[in-house]
Amino acid sequence: MTTAATRAAARVIQTRSEVISLRRAGAYHVMSLTGAGIPELTRPGHFLAVACGGDDGALLLRRTFSIYDVASRGVYGGTVDIVFAVQGKGTRWLAERHRHDALDIVGPLGKPFSLPRHPVSCVLVAGGYGSAPMFMLADQLRERGCRVDVVLGASTEEKLFGVLDAKRIAATLTLATEDGSVGERGRVTDVLPGVLDRTDADVVYACGPMPMLAAVAKVAQAHGAHSQCAVEEAMACGIGVCMTCVVPVVGDDGVTRMLRSCTDGPVFRGDRVRWDDLGTVPADCYGAPATGDGSA
Amino acid sequence: MTRAVITHHPQRSAAADRPDVDLSASVGGRVLPDPVLTASGCAAFGRELEPFLDLTAIGAVVTKSVMLAPRAGRPTPRMAETPSGMLNSIGLQGPGIDAFLAEDLPWLTERGIRAVVSIAGSSVDEYTKLAQRLRHVEGITAIEVNISCPNVESRGEVFACDPDATAAVVGAVRRSSAPGVPVLAKLSADVTDIVAVARSAVDAGADGLALINTLLGLVVDTDTMRPVLAGVTGGLSGPAIRPVAVRCVYQVHAALPDVPILGMGGIRHGLDALEFVLAGASAVSVGTATFNDPSAVARVSRELARALADRGFGSLREAVGHAHRHGRQPDPEPGEPAPPPPAEDPAP
Ligand SMILES: Cc1cc2nc3c(=O)[nH]c(=O)nc-3n(C[C@H](O)[C@H](O)[C@H](O)COP(=O)(O)OP(=O)(O)OC[C@H]3O[C@@H](n4cnc5c(N)ncnc54)[C@H](O)[C@@H]3O)c2cc1C
Ligand SMILES: Cc1cc2nc3c(=O)[nH]c(=O)nc-3n(C[C@H](O)[C@H](O)[C@H](O)COP(=O)(O)O)c2cc1C
Ligand code: FES
Repeated sequence: MTTAATRAAARVIQTRSEVISLRRAGAYHVMSLTGAGIPELTRPGHFLAVACGGDDGALLLRRTFSIYDVASRGVYGGTVDIVFAVQGKGTRWLAERHRHDALDIVGPLGKPFSLPRHPVSCVLVAGGYGSAPMFMLADQLRERGCRVDVVLGASTEEKLFGVLDAKRIAATLTLATEDGSVGERGRVTDVLPGVLDRTDADVVYACGPMPMLAAVAKVAQAHGAHSQCAVEEAMACGIGVCMTCVVPVVGDDGVTRMLRSCTDGPVFRGDRVRWDDLGTVPADCYGAPATGDGSA
Repeated sequence: MTRAVITHHPQRSAAADRPDVDLSASVGGRVLPDPVLTASGCAAFGRELEPFLDLTAIGAVVTKSVMLAPRAGRPTPRMAETPSGMLNSIGLQGPGIDAFLAEDLPWLTERGIRAVVSIAGSSVDEYTKLAQRLRHVEGITAIEVNISCPNVESRGEVFACDPDATAAVVGAVRRSSAPGVPVLAKLSADVTDIVAVARSAVDAGADGLALINTLLGLVVDTDTMRPVLAGVTGGLSGPAIRPVAVRCVYQVHAALPDVPILGMGGIRHGLDALEFVLAGASAVSVGTATFNDPSAVARVSRELARALADRGFGSLREAVGHAHRHGRQPDPEPGEPAPPPPAEDPAP
């Protein structure tokens, strides 16, 4: 079994965890799982890869979710929470789980958000369930004396996640919905410039759909703020072995490479991702095809 | 990297419940202590799996296919999940042979992890150069030649689809490689007669055969009404292709009973691996199942040992090709594909 020594040394854990609770929150489901050492290792921006459909099911690929919350102690030992929207077969299956069901989870995965050394002004921007990793992040930023302002956006009110929590932790909270059901009518990028001006932000942290991240990174750059974006690219394994989840990212050496968002990300510097070239292999990318293409 | 804690299938205490079965396997003259390997492209260069299993205990890490030059691969989306499988079109993204030899292979060999190096090229010359680069490198367990690549010198026809192109590549790699290092030809099942290609590879000097590679597939997104993959077509893998793979192993073993086969295609559990062994594989690779369960390679080995013991086998070798021994050879039904040629008894 697991010894204290190996547990202390481990950085990634695969465990058969148990569903402790599953509840609805607007358009989303919040699932709490036993964590078997994952909570102690988790930092904001880390994600979990969940096997869906059972050991003999037809769904082979893991589904990945930002870690929303962790607790190191409690009745169940450590717990780890995720928030998810039902999109396809895997998330539908997850939403049908019950208390005490077993789930094979792997985590914490990925490169988390970097935290500033100094007490700077931070704006956290999230679209839809993209707010999931932002609450742990806000807590840790505030512990460092950072000012934290939050901008949440979604198409409609019920697709905002964590508004009450955000109110509690943020110096100011700005909401934007495309249908105007709550907050400003529009997108987060419509309200973001005003927030950045008002707070004189040094760092923007963002998580949400790729088009939103692309726009946020540009707004941040225009305001001279550093940005950290947690990207969402389709993943098959979540652990870096399949190469499906790549995005074009510029390195310190100025060279663009197709990097795995599961191991080199999901958090990237907003000014380093080639947002306009997503879904392509830029011609100046390292190893870009000169001639013909091979098979998989 | 530090080891992960795997709380539901402990790796370390396995000795106690591991049944007394000799799992040693022979792949092209090389004896491996364990018959379960990773599959090329499903384990990167091994490093990422280190947290989940003891890589020194598995049969070998089969590397992602390496090419001469660094390669960015295809645009995303690169994958689509399918019933009991997936379609991928990665486009052989990789670091190229120089970086591979400088960083990736040493990481494996320094740790005593057996490494099967998979190579891929777009011309016979490229395969030859790759083999020459590997010739004086220490610690290579075997070379797997991925010939499911378009041949730029033959209007992009895939080498593995043509017995002559297969022979040209395999022969060149065999001649350019160190004599003691087995060369395995990795075959595609997207051919009319896999036995003909297998025979051609063996005649050209292959010490063993790896089969099968992914099957060509396509998924259309019914919302966008366009193919899902940026590369349009992709390779189908996972349990969905297992019966095709087992059939290929069975036919090739029947025709070439003395040629070692590394079987793969949809192995997820120990019993799946057993199917391949009974059909004629001397060892197996686990690919896509690793995406589902990062410790699958070790688990499949344990489950295979148990399955062999339960059936009274004292060793893996006794079970290789067992499905042929009381060989039923049905008459072909009208409209059905012809059955394979009768099996010679592959008794050990
Ligand atoms: C780092 C990261 C964090 C995420 N965090 C959350 C979160 O907190 N809450 C949430 O609801 N969703 C999150 N997602 C998206 C979530 O992973 C997908 O919605 C989910 O995998 C879709 O699975 P499905 O079975 O519903 O869809 P299907 O279409 O059946 O999925 C098929 C396959 O495609 C992959 N896939 C499809 N869409 C996505 C996607 N958008 N991102 C990644 N893989 C995808 C699946 O993993 C699976 O392998 C996150 C994605 C990433 C990459
Ligand atoms: C994402 C992915 C990448 C692959 N890359 C390679 C590769 O680089 N070279 C190769 O010979 N086979 C490659 N394969 C094929 C596998 O090695 C294997 O032959 C095939 O997937 C069938 O086995 P499986 O069903 O266990 O995955 C790849 C398969 C997948 C799913
Ligand atoms: S999801 Fe497999 S490499 Fe990133």
